[in-house]
Amino acid sequence: MEHEITLIVNGAARRVRVPARRLLSDCLRHDLGLTGTHVGCEHGVCGCCTVLLEGRPVRSCLTFAVTVDGAEITTVEGLAPADGRLSPVQRAFAECHGLQCGFCTPGFLCTVTALLAENPAPTEEEVLEGISGNLCRCTGYQNIVKAVHRAAELLAEEE
Amino acid sequence: MKPPPFDYHAPRDLGEALRTLAEVRGKVLAGGQSLIPMLNMRLAAPDHLVDINRVAGLDGLERSGDGVLVGATVRHADAERAEVHPLLTRALKLVAHPVIRNRGTVVGSLVHADPAAELPAVLAVLDGRVRLARWDGGVRVREVRARDFFTGPMESAVEPGELAVSAFFPALPPGGGSAFHEVARRHGDYALAGVCAVVTVDGGLVATARAACVGVGPVPVVVDVGEACAGRPPEDADWAGAAALVRDAAEPEDDIHASAAYRRHLVGVLAERALRDAAREGAARGA
Repeated sequence: MEHEITLIVNGAARRVRVPARRLLSDCLRHDLGLTGTHVGCEHGVCGCCTVLLEGRPVRSCLTFAVTVDGAEITTVEGLAPADGRLSPVQRAFAECHGLQCGFCTPGFLCTVTALLAENPAPTEEEVLEGISGNLCRCTGYQNIVKAVHRAAELLAEEE
Repeated sequence: MKPPPFDYHAPRDLGEALRTLAEVRGKVLAGGQSLIPMLNMRLAAPDHLVDINRVAGLDGLERSGDGVLVGATVRHADAERAEVHPLLTRALKLVAHPVIRNRGTVVGSLVHADPAAELPAVLAVLDGRVRLARWDGGVRVREVRARDFFTGPMESAVEPGELAVSAFFPALPPGGGSAFHEVARRHGDYALAGVCAVVTVDGGLVATARAACVGVGPVPVVVDVGEACAGRPPEDADWAGAAALVRDAAEPEDDIHASAAYRRHLVGVLAERALRDAAREGAARGA
């Protein structure tokens, strides 16, 4: 049996019919064509599929689309402003070489965007804990940690 | 890595949720942070899922002088931010990763009854309880104390057709202090071993002391060590002796992460730290 649901994705209402077992990650990628959200482990360990649900980072592979009917979701496609510039977090990742293959990057960008919204000037320890649920197999994390601190600076400058 | 098909139910109120559970005997979906991985890995394949996220009245977080009542859909992150109970707040910071805590629920962690999880140990050391409801011509409620609630690894006293609607964490008494220490290889991983402790100090002397261990038994291992340390000033009590009692009560097992002997050693070290810290806090709160 299929369910008709509405998701507010990156500001736009999207109506879609899904079976109950459709994961939010697959709904975003397959039903809505938003392939920026990556799918790695599909059991909540790697963090690639992290999106913002009502502003808070969650694992889209551990959420059923039907459960969040009516909710606001922000994916990596929705982080940059409409004028085509990158968001401060995205710029910081580019500037600090916080990615190599880029597979984990959408999850990191969503996690870090929410982390800095809640805590605009995190300590080293808070950054490490904040990104502890996201795996990266390329960078060794050091440049990602630098990027988080740099993003905090860029956000502070913008205000 | 996709969940198997199931019939989905999304009740709007408690009566509807309980009637549905009575009829279809499905699995309850709250935060889903343990259930959905099990579905994705096909370790579970229930015919029916009863999603309680829209059920009105289950998201309450009520603090009174006696303790804290946590509703079934209260997320870890919300309970943590509310800082309603010092030991619960400490334990919540150790539960998985912040992102998981945004979805996972306190009551869900209790019902899941993973012996390596922090919250069952907290409920057990505080002698808290879980309220279970079922439909029998009307809403029937029973309360189960922590000691009877955790019945085995991943097994709780929740019966088919029942819904855990809330959990009650008793407040620490005046002069009561708490601590939670664990060792995990990486931040957010399940701990190799962990110990939480509650110590009360009355008139400058230790009155009661209890500890509960995670990851070293089929259910939270609760040890009353009052006899080893009661009647002494906190700085002078035999915490090493008390910790040895906790260590001896643990039933650790070998796995790929650590040997049983190492886990037992950890329990002793962590128990002494937790008991000392809880006693120090109790002395400060009692003063």
